[in-house]
Order: sequence, then C-alpha cells, then structure tokens
Amino acid sequence: MSDHAPVTDWISDFDHTDPRWTENPYPIWDQLRAASPVVHTKRFLGCYMPTTYQAVREIAHDTEHFSSRRVIVRDVRPETLQPSPPITSDPPEHKPAKQLLLPPFTPAAVKKLEPRVRAICDELIDGFIADGKCDAAARYTKHIPVRAIAHMLGIPDEDSDLFIRWIHEILELGIKDDGILMGAVQEMTGYFIGHIESRKQRPTDDLISTLMNARDNNGQPLSDAHVLGSLRLLLIAGIDTTWSAIGASLWHLARTPSDRARLLAEPALLPTAVEELLRAYSPVTMAREVMKQTVISGCPVKPGNMVLLSFPAANRDPAVFPDADKVVIDRQENRHAAFGLGIHRCVGSNLARMEMTVAIEQWLKRIPEFRLDPAGRVTWSEGTVRGPRQLPLLFGKAN
Amino acid sequence: MPARLRVHVDPEKCQGHARCQALAPELFELDEFGNAHSAGDGAVAEGLEDKAFLAKANCPEIAIDVTEE
Repeated sequence: MSDHAPVTDWISDFDHTDPRWTENPYPIWDQLRAASPVVHTKRFLGCYMPTTYQAVREIAHDTEHFSSRRVIVRDVRPETLQPSPPITSDPPEHKPAKQLLLPPFTPAAVKKLEPRVRAICDELIDGFIADGKCDAAARYTKHIPVRAIAHMLGIPDEDSDLFIRWIHEILELGIKDDGILMGAVQEMTGYFIGHIESRKQRPTDDLISTLMNARDNNGQPLSDAHVLGSLRLLLIAGIDTTWSAIGASLWHLARTPSDRARLLAEPALLPTAVEELLRAYSPVTMAREVMKQTVISGCPVKPGNMVLLSFPAANRDPAVFPDADKVVIDRQENRHAAFGLGIHRCVGSNLARMEMTVAIEQWLKRIPEFRLDPAGRVTWSEGTVRGPRQLPLLFGKAN
Repeated sequence: MPARLRVHVDPEKCQGHARCQALAPELFELDEFGNAHSAGDGAVAEGLEDKAFLAKANCPEIAIDVTEE
C-alpha cells in the first residue's frame, strides 16, 4: 500500500486521502474555492477538482468532454475496466441501462419497503438501547442500508459482513492498492454468479431476477457481464453512502441539542431537515475522466487527467447557499447536489431519503436524548464516501 | 382578478430527483421511471402558489418553470 506524502500546499497539490481532509474537509474546500473554480494536483496521475457549485454543475452536465468510465479517483488507472452500468456508462449506452433500474426505485416503489426498514431500525435499537450507549456507526447506521438492499436484491441478511468488507476494500483500501481492489471485485462477482445460477433453476421476484429478465432495445437479454456489473453497483452504491448519511445526521444531532429539540417538537419538519443534512454532510464524491480539452468556469482542462467531482464541496458554496457552512435545519430553498446532477443522478436517491428519514425518526422516537461519548472518538471514512465509521454515543440527558 | 399560475417541467432537463412531487404533490406527478411532469394542464389552484415556487426553487436541474397568464 502506497502512503502519500503529506500535503503542504492544498491549492496546487490537493489530496482527498490526506488525514486532514478526512477529518475536516470544509476549511480546505473554502481555501480551494477562494483560489480558483478549478484546481489541479499532480497526484493520482493528474487530477482536477471543481470547487464551485457552478463548475461542478458544468462538468456533471458535460458528457462530451467528461467520461464516467472511471468514477473513482485512484493512484492507478488499470486498463482492464470493470464496467458497472449505468454509473460507468456514457451516452448513448447510459440511458437504456439506467431505465432498467429506475422503476424499482421510484418514490412509490420504495414507499412499499418503508415498513421493512422501520422494523430493521427497531430490531437494531432493541439490541443496544438497554446499554445506555452504543457505537451508532457499528451497531445502527451501517446495518440499515445493507439489510434494505439485501432485501431488495433477494440475498441473505447474514452475508452483510461480507458486503461491508468488499465495500471497504473497493472504496477505501482500493484507492491506493490495486491488488485489494481487484480481489474484492472478483470475490463479489463470484458471489453474484452463484445467485444468478440458482435463479436460472428457480426464478424469484427480486431485483436480481428483474435484471436477468430485462431486455435491451433490441429485445435481447442483458449479457451476464452487464447484469453482474449492475448488481455490483447496487450493492456498492447502496450501502456505505446511506450508512454515511444516516451517521452524519446522528452525529450532527448528537452535538446540536437545539436541532434535536426542534425535530422532537415538530416531527413534520423532518423531510426538510433531511434535505439540509444531505446538503451539509453530502457523503458522495464521484469522478470523471477528461476525454477532450475544454474550458470549465474559465479554467482550461486537459485530457489525461481525472476530475474529482465533489458534490459535497458544491453544496458548501456560499454563492448558491446562504450560510453555506451552517446547518439551517428548516432551510426552504435547497437545490443541493448530494445525489449528483445531470444524467447520472443517483438511481437510489428515493430509497436513501426514505432510509434516512425512517432511521432518524425511529432513533428520535426511542432515544430522544443523546450526545457524543467523551470517552470515545469519532472517526471518518477516507476517500470517495465520507461518513462516521465510529460514532460513540451516550443516551439520556447529560448530568 | 389575480394572475393564474401554471407550472411546467422541461422533460429534457428533468432527471427524476422528485423534489417537486415531494414538495407539491398536488402540482406534479411522476411517471414509471420517476421523472416528473405537471399534474393535469399545470394550472396552479388558488392557495398553491407558494408550493409552485417552492418546487421550482428546489429543483436541482432547474427544470421547472412557473409562468403567469
């Protein structure tokens, strides 16, 4: 595993894996945004980062100059790409691949899963509430999206630990270690091949069978590689993203008694609050690869480089969001980009919103008073998806 | 008589964030893929004007127009 030299000049040499970025990226983004709408680093074989909402929007909407074939900024760029349609697809392949996945993720479709998610939350809380404290990242937030997506895909809950390990290896360790990345992708592919084979004998009504039965524009079934890629995507994209969003929300509420009191007094405010928590603590940073030279917000951008497409940084741009650095729990105008912009809008956004809302609602109902445990330490994940990985909380009012 | 408002979603810009339908379910509907269109002919009933502007202000794709007639 290659260790990166510490950053000494963020503006010309940024590194989103630097421990200071992981711990608290917001002042770094402010510094970069004040310097230029687009900054560059020689690290990661050359990489730009748009720092303003406007520059992020321009790139997200420009599929001519920017490709999605690589969606994670890594130390290496292996030629053997592992496509996960539609997230790694460009036009014209993107649209049909995405349309296959959209119907199961509409607001109406995910509403049907709400009772299941509520039951998952309650079961998890039952497991630790009597202790008067817990690591909410390890005991609560992590398990909600894993079990929800396992339920949708029709795979056993018991395999959750396996999924969580693969995701850690692909999204965190894999940024700097190609061997770990490829190992995890192969293991995951083997796992899903087993599930596809068993459904060929005994079809089911889950999302795996939906993909196996799907037809492309020419009436042909999808290739096994396409089905496997999309399954990898649903598992990877559906888990630590929402885990991070729920965790950051509880972290905020643990340290902000006034917002907690407001939500307890006005439960109808929760959907508005969820949007603001999504804006302020957006977990997901994507990437693009520059295919043709162009100009973004007045800055020249050259092929051969990656782009760190930070929706979280866009959402902190004071030119678009008044008091961008504050959580305004009842913010009414909130055009945030937490789920991306343009054709790659997160397919699971409605599911994530439902999971966040239900997870916070059930937590507040059962544990209305809680705070950070001063004996423990909050830690944050590195890289592409940012959220608390340890979140030690104490229940009840402080003495 | 005050001007009547009408909402319109640009289908080329809409990416199915579904914020409009969550904020103003009386004015917006979603298709089977979750993309939005205005309900009926888009006319905004009296009392729903604020919701129309709220939906417009929260669309991440700037796909919603509110026009006066």
